[in-house]
Amino acid sequence: MNLTNLAGTVSKAAQYVIIVLAVIYTIQSYTVFAQRNRVEREHIFLRQNVSMFAIHFLAYLIMYLNTMRFDLLLFYGAQVLFLLFTLVLYRNLYPRASRSLINNMCILLTIGFIMITRLSYDQSVKQFEIAAAGMAFALVIPLIVRKLLVLTKMTWGYVFVGIGLLALVLIAANVTNGAKLSINVAGFSFQASEFVKIIFVFAMAGLLSTEHSFRRVVIATVLAAAHVLILVISTDLGSALIFFVTYMVMLFVATRNPFLSLIGILAFCAAAVAAYFLFAHIRVRVQIWADPFADYAGSGYQICQSLFAIAAGGWFGTGLYNGSPGAIPYVAQDFMFSAILEEMGGIFGICLILICMAVFIMFVNIAMKLGNRFYRLAALGIGTTYASQIFLTIGGGTKLIPMTGVTLPLVSYGGSSVLSTIIMFAIVQGLYMLRSDEVRQSSAQQVRPEEELTPQEVYIDRRNER
Amino acid sequence: MMQDRERDNLQEPEIRRVDLSDHSTSLPSGRKHNTELSIITWLFVILFMMLIGRVVYILVVQSDSLRSNINNTKADTNSENVIRGDIITGSGTLLATTLLDEYGNQTRSYPFDNIFAHVVGYATNGKSGLEAEENYDLLTSHSSLLKQIQAGENGEKIRGDRLVVTLDPKLQQAAYYALGSYRGAVVVMEPDSGRILAMVSKPDFNPNTIGSEWETLSADTASSPLLNRASQGLYPPGSTFKMITSLAYLRAHPKDYSGFSWNCQGALTQDDVTITCYGDQMHGQEDLATAFANSCNTAFAQMGLDLDNKLLRDTAEDFLFNRSLPTSLPSSQSVFSLKKDSPKGEQMTTAIGQGDTLVSPLHMALITSTIANGGVMMKPRLVDRIETSDGTVVKEYDPEIFRKIMTPEEASILAEYMTGTVTRGTASALSGNGYSVAGKTGSAEYETGGVTGTHSWFCGFAETGEPHIAISVIAEDGGTGSSTAVPIARQILDTFFYG
Repeated sequence: MNLTNLAGTVSKAAQYVIIVLAVIYTIQSYTVFAQRNRVEREHIFLRQNVSMFAIHFLAYLIMYLNTMRFDLLLFYGAQVLFLLFTLVLYRNLYPRASRSLINNMCILLTIGFIMITRLSYDQSVKQFEIAAAGMAFALVIPLIVRKLLVLTKMTWGYVFVGIGLLALVLIAANVTNGAKLSINVAGFSFQASEFVKIIFVFAMAGLLSTEHSFRRVVIATVLAAAHVLILVISTDLGSALIFFVTYMVMLFVATRNPFLSLIGILAFCAAAVAAYFLFAHIRVRVQIWADPFADYAGSGYQICQSLFAIAAGGWFGTGLYNGSPGAIPYVAQDFMFSAILEEMGGIFGICLILICMAVFIMFVNIAMKLGNRFYRLAALGIGTTYASQIFLTIGGGTKLIPMTGVTLPLVSYGGSSVLSTIIMFAIVQGLYMLRSDEVRQSSAQQVRPEEELTPQEVYIDRRNER
Repeated sequence: MMQDRERDNLQEPEIRRVDLSDHSTSLPSGRKHNTELSIITWLFVILFMMLIGRVVYILVVQSDSLRSNINNTKADTNSENVIRGDIITGSGTLLATTLLDEYGNQTRSYPFDNIFAHVVGYATNGKSGLEAEENYDLLTSHSSLLKQIQAGENGEKIRGDRLVVTLDPKLQQAAYYALGSYRGAVVVMEPDSGRILAMVSKPDFNPNTIGSEWETLSADTASSPLLNRASQGLYPPGSTFKMITSLAYLRAHPKDYSGFSWNCQGALTQDDVTITCYGDQMHGQEDLATAFANSCNTAFAQMGLDLDNKLLRDTAEDFLFNRSLPTSLPSSQSVFSLKKDSPKGEQMTTAIGQGDTLVSPLHMALITSTIANGGVMMKPRLVDRIETSDGTVVKEYDPEIFRKIMTPEEASILAEYMTGTVTRGTASALSGNGYSVAGKTGSAEYETGGVTGTHSWFCGFAETGEPHIAISVIAEDGGTGSSTAVPIARQILDTFFYG
């Protein structure tokens, strides 16, 4: 048997092992929710790390065997160091941080690194640099969130900065890909909406946490509508939808008034119909969705290629470098999910969806445990932006809904996207630790019965006392 | 110690909420009010499940059609590792294969040259026919992993899967030669299974030499030799449409259709439009069966005047006029344009299959099959199964019911009328050959760009009691159905029954 054939056989075997490992990892990210024994939990988290590093290793092995590029090995080493540092630093600096969130963040980044490297080595290096810088920066965020109470009191600041940035982009932006999305700051193309998402969540949390009189709800709604409107005018429909959904969810939870949400949804439907008739580019998107093959060579090309990619991959994928995900225009930004399905398979893709869902559940779980209304709404808002973005990008790429061109957080190529998502995760980590602060404080005085606490909380409380 | 004390504390029943910014809010804290958050969680979990459902749906339901989509070039990258598989008939006759020379260069070869040109198609200069439809399967190998590894070790490419098609080479050749030098098409199918036994289109081309002749072939827009007229050609149906008109009449008069009576004077005029019977014949007194057998234009024109336009349209659309045919083959949609308020002239011309109605030969074969099959339309298909290059079955296709179009009673009445056409009407050349045929002829007059002519149609099935095959024949500019299409059908039927 000569070497090429051996490489082929090894690649094939590695491809299936990756799928098995992904399934194991995914199952563990749910079983850990139910695990009450803290030693067992610790084991699960460690096993998840093992699965992740194994997937990472096997994927780079396949890629190396296919390309025989030496720099891939160096790049792989750098990524391993990065992942190790992230895991170890978090664990030591913030022992009370959520391990589940850290693990999921790392595996999503890993999947992104693998697939972006497969698509374009240069892009992947860029992505890696930004992720590494972002992670270093994000290490201080939990501390800031925990210590600075003033963060909860800068509502109007958030509003002005948020609307100001979006307006700035609208006015001064260079037009990229039909949608005005970015401004150039010192040579970096900077997607304002990715960061305004976070600011927006804080603004709305500030407005809705202190009171919800009719007047306050009107003010919040007008301000939220201003954000959404600017984004619609910028033709950044995906972000507009994310902002809208996030606001509706926060409003519903803050006021606990389903009628407001109902009115909001009705208003949204009316606005959607109006937008359909007003804006040609929205009509085009809906038409593409209804029948992409009607204009295959033109506007439908992207989504058709995405569907071809998914079908070509089947359940097990073609294997890395055996497909042609590059046929999808803007694949690394907007159609990462389809690229992953083509080469790594449908089972792997479903695992990816489930991991994202576990992240969302964890976000809301943290919101549930928080007493402070501002933090509670902020955690929920961040969770909602995250989940709705995933729904929009995967739903768009699989033609479940019209395409809106947003990224798959942490996985897609895009510096602003990966940076803002890392920040979002770090903020939620900070909130998570706040929650255990709360529990600790309360336990110092009068403490809730143990059965009301999740095992995680109990475990953390005990650890803290050591 | 600390640990123990805390454990004790934790067991105390009282609960108190601590708000870090407790002075900043007068509202109750949410810790106890997690219902909303649960609702939101479930809403998004449902959305995530929809995403998973969508992925599963694409992979289970849509992937076959996506993979064989004409625009999908993904499989072409397989050709680097896989030798395009063979296309063979159920009896083992090779229709397309890939030849390898000593250097491993591949040539696609079609042993029957022009005879299967359109239906099997070509795989150079783009793809058509089965080569396009089944491209993905031909370039996929389901051979055992062991075989694939062995092939890899020897530095060989693996053979792609083999397509076993429904086509019958004897009938295909009979149809090909019977159509002779006429332009037109023949479709032969099994009514009860939808299997297509023959599909001929002329003018044709030689797929073996298409590479070198591509320029001429693709530039020839006057005769369009690359177009598969059988599924994509649209012709006025002429009198063959009287099958549909008759059915509409049966539906309008379920109890008293047998009381239909008409005295044919050879012509019928309404609003400046005059309908005449072919060859200035006067058929005299007729009932419905006789009018059908004689293909009497005035009788059917009168029926068109009496019938509700909507009923005729509904009946035509039941039979998939203005609809896509249930096949993955590229096929043209047949056209039926009579509207509720269409004038009387159009009512009359439409009822006799002229007017603006257009139909493809495959569609006519499908309509005839449906009548032969007691009103149930089967999905037409060309592939029986896919197997590996060494004969292990990968996938088998079973007959699939598309829809029940009409009642068995309606189908048997139409079959009876069609039998009359053969025993005492326009297709009597088909009687007395040792097999019984039911059918309908058509002489479809057309006018394009000032040129007028008559296409010759025949649709029918045999045998009447137990239909084995259904045929649709069109010979462009062949004159009346009796003169050209019927003799062509006879040659095919003779081949089917006597070999």
